[in-house]
Amino acid sequence: MRNALGSVDTVLLLGGRSEIGLAIVERLVRRGARRVVLAARGAVVPVEDVERLGAEVHVLDFDAARPETHTALIEEAVARVGDLDVVIPAFGVLGSQAVYDADPVAAARDVAVNFGGHVSVGLAAARRLREQGHGTLVVLSSVAGVRVRKANFVYGSAKAGLDGFAQGLGDALHGSGARVVVVRPGFVIGRMTRGMTPAPMSVTAAEVADAVVAALDTRKGTVWVPARLRPAFAVMRLLPRPLWRRLPR
Amino acid sequence: MTLLTGWGRTAPTRATVARPRTAEEAAALVAKAGGRGVVARGLGRAYGDAAQNAGGLVLDCTALEPWWRLEPGGLVTASAGTSLHDLMTALVPRGWFVPVTPGTRYVTVGGAVAADVHGKNHHVDSSLGAHLRSLRLLTADGSTRALGPRDDLFWATVGGMGLTGVITEATFQCVPVETAWMRVDVERTRDLDETLDTMTASDAGHRYTVAWIDLLARGGRMGRGVLTRGDHAAPGDLPARARRDPLAFAPRPLLAAPPRVPGGLLNRATVRAFNAAWFGKAPAAPRRIVQGIAPFFHPLDGVDGWNRMYGPRGFVQYQFVVPFEAVDTLRRVVERLSGDGVVSFLAVLKRFGEGTPGMLSFPMPGWTLALDIPAGRSGLAAMLTEFDEWVAGAGGRVYLAKDSRMSAATAAATYPRLPEWREIRRRADPDGVFVSDLARRLRLC
Repeated sequence: MRNALGSVDTVLLLGGRSEIGLAIVERLVRRGARRVVLAARGAVVPVEDVERLGAEVHVLDFDAARPETHTALIEEAVARVGDLDVVIPAFGVLGSQAVYDADPVAAARDVAVNFGGHVSVGLAAARRLREQGHGTLVVLSSVAGVRVRKANFVYGSAKAGLDGFAQGLGDALHGSGARVVVVRPGFVIGRMTRGMTPAPMSVTAAEVADAVVAALDTRKGTVWVPARLRPAFAVMRLLPRPLWRRLPR
Repeated sequence: MTLLTGWGRTAPTRATVARPRTAEEAAALVAKAGGRGVVARGLGRAYGDAAQNAGGLVLDCTALEPWWRLEPGGLVTASAGTSLHDLMTALVPRGWFVPVTPGTRYVTVGGAVAADVHGKNHHVDSSLGAHLRSLRLLTADGSTRALGPRDDLFWATVGGMGLTGVITEATFQCVPVETAWMRVDVERTRDLDETLDTMTASDAGHRYTVAWIDLLARGGRMGRGVLTRGDHAAPGDLPARARRDPLAFAPRPLLAAPPRVPGGLLNRATVRAFNAAWFGKAPAAPRRIVQGIAPFFHPLDGVDGWNRMYGPRGFVQYQFVVPFEAVDTLRRVVERLSGDGVVSFLAVLKRFGEGTPGMLSFPMPGWTLALDIPAGRSGLAAMLTEFDEWVAGAGGRVYLAKDSRMSAATAAATYPRLPEWREIRRRADPDGVFVSDLARRLRLC
């Protein structure tokens, strides 16, 4: 159960190797979470790193590309640790637009993970949170989906779909005791973006995690990281398309 | 489907709320409670999540028909849904007073038993459980059991936070009073040492004692307070006007908090001003006054819905007890709160006497301090966790009816009779039908 000051007991991380996901888990455990489920393909996850912080860790095999397994996965997580206080689907792939242009099948496959996988996991988790009458689903959206750019429009459109899904789900869960926090980071410097030149207002996984954990203490439904991306995108959303499409990246 | 919180208005969860009017209706509801279980709720004055049951069923016991029966010697039997307010309004004019009242009259009899509540007379009279003669408890099998102090299940229920079943009625011994008034000695203390020394020296001379301390006062004034010590007044103590009908008792809230209050209203500046005014209002030299029962015992009941004053994020109440020999732990907590300028008004200090055999009952001989803190303050969680460690290290504990944030490990370490309680509960409720957010959070069951 979440306590009065925002500390939780159980956390389910899907995409158990995600830097952002693990950074959030680390912070939640430091603040009192004692039971963690790490779900990842092949069940390969840094168990000891989380255990060392003082939590009991359960590992589940999870494949984002197989939506038919997702309900069972949520049930298995509940069987291991009980009520799910925080669920973090943090899986995702970031391919280059050039590769997608040449390989439409790869593009569709990645969209299926980045959007479809989140839909099935999100709905399965939401059903459980609704039944238990409490809990938070953290959805890692991106500013890439707030206004899609030509430089990465396959990835961006999946994030746009995910962002819309998460907002709708959050509204659907209103009053159920459960809630959705939509996180919109800018360019995140880390393993996923290695070799790429950071965009303006880029952040680290640690900064994203700090913002997410801070949002859990409040009733906020949307978190921009850094916060100044919000006014920045309020302007960018209004840029005329001829100008927008000339953006270098 | 309703979102419920405790009095502190933090951590809402959703439950189905049913309003049984009779014990039979309650039994029928318990029988089909479903997988997420059921817990009874009274007037919702527990500060945290004791009367919440996320995803499950909550029985609103204020719907239970209120009734009470007074026997000639002052033995009172009341239905669990009866509030202490209703009881006092009925009993005081007849010359009887409840054996124990917490700081509010707006609690139900069932809730008072489930929390084994204490009051300003704990140092001489212990908590409510010490005055209980019998209980009726609706258990998971749908039967209603009559329990007395010789039953294990009785002492698992007194202080058991509603996790053994639904209390449907309770019988307890009341105390005779001649008037609805209190004879009260009010005295200011300069600092924490004087507060502690004066309380220690004079507790035995009064039935009811409590000190309010100003946690925002610093330096040489740290721990300054206003000590009130009272006894039921005799007709001769009263002013002439009150003597005509000395047992008249009909308290009403004087004010109501607005339905919506923005956050941050109770901040360091406003609370400091309030505390200073409260301190300044108390007479500089010790003085004896005559005061009504309501302002003496229940000053906050004068403001309806005062918990809303903390704004949308709510507040936490932290109440702990440490044995008398661990008074230095109390000092450390006060020093830290004062040093950090933690916003808290009306911190209440009290000496406890003997506890009851209730396995999860809170009071034990020692010092208890209760304080309210706005929930939004940064660093609060870490500070209270540190206090938990000090309190646990000193052999003390935190009050379950007030708690909304302690860890399961702290609860297990500070309620040493938890395994014994679990065993008795398991026999009465093998399938775990009775459950609450508090029980889940602290893994009590």
